[in-house]
Amino acid sequence: MALARTKRLPSRPVILLLQLGVLVAFFLLWHVLTETKILSPFFFGTPMAVLARTWTDFMSGVIWYHLGITLLETALAFAIGTVAGIAFGFWFARAPLISVVFDPYIKAVNALPRVVLAPIFALWLGLGIWSKVALGVTLVFFIVFFNVYQGVKEVSPVVLANARMLGANSRHLFRHVYLPSALSWVFSSLHTAVGFAMVGAVVGEYLGSAAGLGYRIHQAEGVFDTVGVFSGMLVLTIFVVVIDAVVTVIEKRLLHWRPQEAHTTNAQG
Amino acid sequence: MPEVAAKAPALQTDGGATPALRLEGVTCTFPSPDGRGRTYTAVQGVTFTVAAGEFVSIVGPTGSGKSTILNVAAGLLTPSQGSALAFGKPVSGINPHAGYMFQADALMPWKSALENVAAGLEFRGVPKREAEERARPWLARVGLDRFGDRYPHQLSGGMRKRVALAQTLIVDPKIVLMDEPFSALDIQTRQLMENELLDLWSADRKSVVFITHDLEEAISMSDRVLVLSAGPGARLIGEYKVDLDRPRDVAEIRMTPRFLDLHREIWGQLREEVLKGYAQTKLT
Repeated sequence: MALARTKRLPSRPVILLLQLGVLVAFFLLWHVLTETKILSPFFFGTPMAVLARTWTDFMSGVIWYHLGITLLETALAFAIGTVAGIAFGFWFARAPLISVVFDPYIKAVNALPRVVLAPIFALWLGLGIWSKVALGVTLVFFIVFFNVYQGVKEVSPVVLANARMLGANSRHLFRHVYLPSALSWVFSSLHTAVGFAMVGAVVGEYLGSAAGLGYRIHQAEGVFDTVGVFSGMLVLTIFVVVIDAVVTVIEKRLLHWRPQEAHTTNAQG
Repeated sequence: MPEVAAKAPALQTDGGATPALRLEGVTCTFPSPDGRGRTYTAVQGVTFTVAAGEFVSIVGPTGSGKSTILNVAAGLLTPSQGSALAFGKPVSGINPHAGYMFQADALMPWKSALENVAAGLEFRGVPKREAEERARPWLARVGLDRFGDRYPHQLSGGMRKRVALAQTLIVDPKIVLMDEPFSALDIQTRQLMENELLDLWSADRKSVVFITHDLEEAISMSDRVLVLSAGPGARLIGEYKVDLDRPRDVAEIRMTPRFLDLHREIWGQLREEVLKGYAQTKLT
């Protein structure tokens, strides 16, 4: 079995341990550099202070409110962007004229840096959550849109012909062939889409709001509170890692039909 | 001497009964892939008839438009000229009497084996639960009762073909179109599948049009073998009745003298076409 792979990776716990080691080493380096004043604690904070601040924020419960707001914005941006992306992706893929006519405009809008839209959205939708949701939607929409478009276009013609021979009408074809094919593309971009939904939320908050993680980081920066900034970034990072793990679980659930890399029975997954 | 038995591509008349399938002067012309308005004729003036319950094979060199003929019979392709008739009625759109087993993998990869087999029933309005209950015995028939919850990528090539076979037959098509269904399988699996197909077929005698480039496969399974000339513009050039006894075992029947005679006879004609086809592929 060892023949199957030229080089075997160590087992999962070992890898986790190594990953943890990198984290510890990073904090240790940061700690040493700031303790010895090679890096100024004013500009770089100290890991102890950052951890302590994060801890008190979580304990006092202040952060939960902001976390909740950011999460809500992310979820809404993701949901709306995905649904719109799927709808338009299907429409464009099934209506060649539409797709040809709108092609340059889609590309143009997608090429636009979305950050410049943030003030416009704030103007239109106010400083509440909806301006952030709108920003997130503009990011998520295009990822999902392009993937669905691709997914519908790349349905195997043989599978399609087979379904038709088995008596599928256009409604069946949508539900049993096009949709699963498109969704597999959507799910493969799920990580990116969720990430962008959050970028939209945080950037929106950063540029103008009264709540959320982006707002907290912005506040801290305004008073040169580096520890606050780093603490905000730390919370954001934890948040991203947790969401990514959730997405991975969902992805595994929904795409169980897809071939994984070949594994022998005693290989570690 | 191979010329002797090569009759004209005839209109087989089967005692006046409506044939299950009839192609009449089918010509298919496609725009050439290199563009510039040129065209490419795959098949030309193809006429043949398949009686109800008859097993007919079509052999021909690669690139002779065998799949094109099946696509016309299935209603997936409208011929440039001529027409296809199923039980006397012209085929327009998908041929509702036909089941089609494709050469390439055509299972829906996001459905399990059981769901794939049940799909045809579901499309016909059978509730999902019931469709799956009815699909179970079909999986058992092709020897896969323990593999119902596997997805296509978790099955071997032979198993996928079995699922495809069950998927095609469960909706009880009167005409079964098969496009080199076993060509991707190794020889042992292939003979097993051929025997299984013959077993299933003898149970309820559907009309079968079986495309293959393998003459031995064609003779050992069919009632009749049609020979297609090399493309482009392939036409039917020979028709041979296979008068071997049934039930047959595809591996054993290949040893019988009658089989060898037939093989020699048909191969004499097919060989030239294969060589022609080969010469053309070398040119392009």
